[in-house]
Formats: sequence, C-alpha cells, structure tokens
Amino acid sequence: MYRYDQYDQAMVDARVEEFRDQARRRLEGKLTEDQFKPLRLMNGLYLQLHAYMLRVAIPYGTLDARQLEMLADIADKYDRGYGHFTTRQNIQYNWIKLDDCADALADLATVEMHAIQTSGNCIRNISSDHFAGAAADEVVDPRPYAELMRQWSSFHPEFTYLPRKFKIAVIASEKDRAAMRLHDIGVRIVQRDGAIGAEFYAGGGMGRTPMIAPLIRDFVPIDQFITYAEACLRVYNRYGRRDNKYKARIKILVHELGAAEYIRQVEEEFAHMLSVGVEPPREELERIKAFFAPPPFVSSEVETQSLSTMLEANGGQGSAFGQWVRRNTHAHKAPGYVSAVISLKPAGGIPGDATSEQMRVVARLAREYSFDELRVMHTQNLLLPHVAIADLPAVWQALDAAGLGAANMDTIEDIIACPGLDYCSLANARSIPLAQRISERFAETGRTEVVGELKLKISGCINACGHHHAGHIGILGVDKKGTENYQLSLGGSEAEDVSLAKITGPGFDEDGVIAAVEKVTDVYLASRAEGERFLDTYRRIGMEPFKEALYG
Amino acid sequence: MKILTGNDLRTGAVTWWNGSGWSLFVDDAVDVGDEAEEILARETAARRVNVPYAIEASIDAAGHVRPAHIKDRVRALGPTVRRDLAVPTAAKTGWDWVI
Repeated sequence: MYRYDQYDQAMVDARVEEFRDQARRRLEGKLTEDQFKPLRLMNGLYLQLHAYMLRVAIPYGTLDARQLEMLADIADKYDRGYGHFTTRQNIQYNWIKLDDCADALADLATVEMHAIQTSGNCIRNISSDHFAGAAADEVVDPRPYAELMRQWSSFHPEFTYLPRKFKIAVIASEKDRAAMRLHDIGVRIVQRDGAIGAEFYAGGGMGRTPMIAPLIRDFVPIDQFITYAEACLRVYNRYGRRDNKYKARIKILVHELGAAEYIRQVEEEFAHMLSVGVEPPREELERIKAFFAPPPFVSSEVETQSLSTMLEANGGQGSAFGQWVRRNTHAHKAPGYVSAVISLKPAGGIPGDATSEQMRVVARLAREYSFDELRVMHTQNLLLPHVAIADLPAVWQALDAAGLGAANMDTIEDIIACPGLDYCSLANARSIPLAQRISERFAETGRTEVVGELKLKISGCINACGHHHAGHIGILGVDKKGTENYQLSLGGSEAEDVSLAKITGPGFDEDGVIAAVEKVTDVYLASRAEGERFLDTYRRIGMEPFKEALYG
Repeated sequence: MKILTGNDLRTGAVTWWNGSGWSLFVDDAVDVGDEAEEILARETAARRVNVPYAIEASIDAAGHVRPAHIKDRVRALGPTVRRDLAVPTAAKTGWDWVI
C-alpha cells in the first residue's frame, strides 16, 4: 500500500500543529464558534448531538495492521473504546474532546493518517472497490489511480471552497462495488485496444435529489486522467450554484445544463487544460503503482488448497464455518486465496461499530493471514483481502471468538444504517434501532437465509448517508409532527445495475415499518422465480403487489 | 416552559442552563421565561458553551423536565442504542421517556 513521502508527512504534521493552535485559540475564547467552525470542519471535527465527532480519512478504504491498531488506541485513549466505520470507508469517533483533538490527530499522523477533507465543501475521501487488488474481475488495481487523485485533490487551491462537498469513486471492473454512479464523479478504469484509460461519469449522488450519473466520456487516456478530472471540477466550480445549498451539488448543474452541454463545456475546458499542462508526470503514477504491487502469493499446487477440499476437512458446507465461507468469502485473482469479509453486523448489533479490542483482533489477523492489508467496505464491514484458503478455519475461529463471525454478507442482516438521531445533529429519526430489530428478527426466525441477497439501507434524514435510495429496500426516517416516521422504498441498487428506489406510499411508525419489511419479503418469497433475488422479482412484478400487501 | 441548552465548549457534552451555570442534567434546567435572549447573549459572549439555544419543555407527571422535541430528549439522555453511555439522568426517567 502507499507510504507517505517526505512531502505527505510534512503537510500532515504541519496541519496538526496549525489545528492545535486554532483549537487553543478557541478554548481561550479568542475565536468565536462562527470563526472556528470552518476550521474544525476542515479537520474532520463536527459537533454532533452529544459531543464532538472526529471523522478520520481512510483513503480508498485501505489500511494496514499498524494503522488499525492506532485507530483502536485512539478509541481507548481519546474516545469510549469503539469506532464507527462509515459508507465512505472512513471511521468516526463519537466522543472526542476538543482539548484532545490535536493530540489524536498527532497520533494519527505517526501512522500516516489524518482527518483532512473529511468535511467541508471540498473533494472528500476518494472511495474505491473494497476488493481492489484482489478481485478476479478487475482490469487493473484501481487504487494507484485513486491515490493519484488523492494527491491531486489534497489541498488543491482551486477546490478548497467548492459550491458543495464533492465525492469521487474509482473502480476498475464491470461489477460496481463502490456505488460509483451515485458519486459526483465516478471513474471506471478500463482497457481498450491494450491501452489503459478511464470512463468518466458525472452528476450522480443521493441526498434529497438522488440522481444516477450519466456517462460523460467513455475513454480518457490515462496520461490525461487528472487533467480531465480537473476540467470536470473547474466547470462545476465556476457554474455550480452557491446561492442555495440544496441545489449546489454537481448533479443539479449537470441536470439543469443537460449532460450534453456539461460535456461540451468540460471538453472545452479539457482542451484548455491540456495546453496548460497540469497532468502529473507518468513517473509519478509509476512510483505510486509500485506501492500496490501484488503481495508474494504462494502459487505451488502443493501449498494452495481448493475451497471444497478445505471445507470437507472442516465440517462441510452446512457447518457454521461452512456458511461463513459461502457467504463471506469472495473469489480472488490468485489461486488458493479468497477475500474474507468481516461482518460488523451481528444480529441485533449496531451496523459499522467495532470495539477497540475487535479492531486489534482484525489487525492481528491482517498481519498473520492477509499480508498486513485490510479494507473498510462502504457497506460498513471490514475485509481481509488476501487470505489463503488453508488459513480460513483459523481466521474464522478468531473472528467468531471476537464476535465478528456473522455469516451475513449481502443479506437482510447486512444493513447499512447511518448513525441517525442517536448521534447525528441533522437526523430526524433513529436508524440504528430499526437495523437492530430487523436483523434480530430475521436471524431469529431463520428467514435471512431463505430470503438470500437483499440489501436494506436506512437513513435517518434526507441527506441519505445510509444510502436508502440505493437499497433493494430503503428506509428513510422523517419527522412527522415531532415523532419519528419512516418511509419505505423499493427497487434501488448501487451496483452495476444501478437504480433509484421508489417510495411505496404513506410512512409507518417504528413497529409499522418493521412489519412492512416483513410483508414485502413475504411478497417476494411468494412471487420469486427460480434464482431471482428480491430486486429481480421487484423489477419483474413491479410495485403494485407490494403496495397491495402494505396498504390494500 | 422555556429552557436553554447547548454543548460544552471543551467536551461537547450536552448542557442545560440551571439559573446560574450549566448542568449536565436536564432535570436541573430552569424556566427562563422572558430572559432567554438576554441569557443567551451573555453566555454566547462568555464562550463556555457552543451555540446555546432556547427550546420548549414541560414538566412531566413524574416531575422531570421533558424537552418538547425528541432530538433534545435524545440529547438529554444519550444514544438510545448505547445505554451504557447514557448520562445518569437516564436511570431516573427510563428510556421510554425519549420516545
């Protein structure tokens, strides 16, 4: 993985000391909250319902064991012994004190981490495919390109005060595991006639006005990759609305201009920027790529083992371990290896939360069994990207002992949920209790396995941090005359078959929406054809049978 | 009744105006009546509490101060999903008080 050079480290260290001074002046009363707020937000420090919240960037979700151990230490030293992994592959601490924040940032800097650009109207942490570097279906590892974009976008002087926040995802396979087209800019690294380049999508997003990004260029040569991104941002920065924060995202600009006109302007800007020469030298991309060289996989047939052989020797497919292997492992590009998903969704648990002790267990497993690499998934789980099949029993036993052995990836228990009204100052309703009750109920009744793949996503307000627009089943919490109310929606997807969910009808109270989720899964089970997922059945039979069950 | 709340500058903890200072316990909140604006201006200038503001509240049947909006009731007790992290007031009121 990428390691800081002297410039990276110097910038991060300098920012820590700058923030230390800003926090000191705030505590001494020399800065008002209005003056301090933009400064703390630039360093990822929010003020939430109960305390300050610090959001730490995890570029494209990649970590090593030493970094995860530091995140665990910070949870113990400055917070309350746990952290919350987010849909932008970051981590949040919910109980940080302003006095301690600069010290926490200084500790982070010792392991090449920071909280810069995790808030504010700037380019946020760049996300990617959590299976990057391991997936059997990728054209190339997308992370060097994401890292190049990280370096380009960090402290970019033109893009520090954009009309609104800006989110970029970079993937490199046909399968979309990063909600790429629901980003302000989505990039897919592709290969055409032997040349590497990038497809660009612009103007996607969730929030109060969800939109799917249209394709704006089907091939940008890789040597012009950053220049094209710069052109996209420059057009947005110039013409994106600053008079109304609800209409300030690039999706509104692309929608109002029309994709064709936005493309025309970007192409014009692109031609201009090519003449200016802002593209980093090719050597820089090559330097970055070297950090992402594949680890030394064992390749001899004697030492690699097939999944079926390993399972036969360890209880078979029907065992708890076998179910975990079937659900939570993913095909790897190297023979004899898989990627192993660590569920942070125990039935009845809080999606995305991990204790410091759990983080240390995962760090140890990454060091011992995954070439010192791990990932944060946008689904709020963790991942060991490179596990030898022969090591899976030992990995699972350690995870299970730490309460991390749930076999529920991509099932109705694998719920994305924002912090909601339990933590977030923007929320209108609680999200986490719904996730807890739904996962518990489906686990208890054994329906999780019967239902199969079903992506349920819950947001506590219209900002859609819980990706409800992209859920096969989505739930949005709203404020109805001072009480919590929940809108149900169906048919969303953030994958390569991207679509936006549609609202079923009038909302429900907490008990009602849980019953409603059960009813729509009943309709699915009664209607599904062989091999259909919930989403496939919904797309085939439409909304009406579900509405009839809910409101008829 | 009208009560004042904010978040402590150093810790971010939820605080309630008790008539002479800021308390961590919602039951200590006092009705500020017509003095809200004056106290808010003074306390904002003192910079001990972040963005203090006035909210509506009532006294419930058990004698507890109960903010009118659910968001402030969650603030008063702590995350409903981590009751181990709640402020001690939660033991007096019970979690049903929030909803």
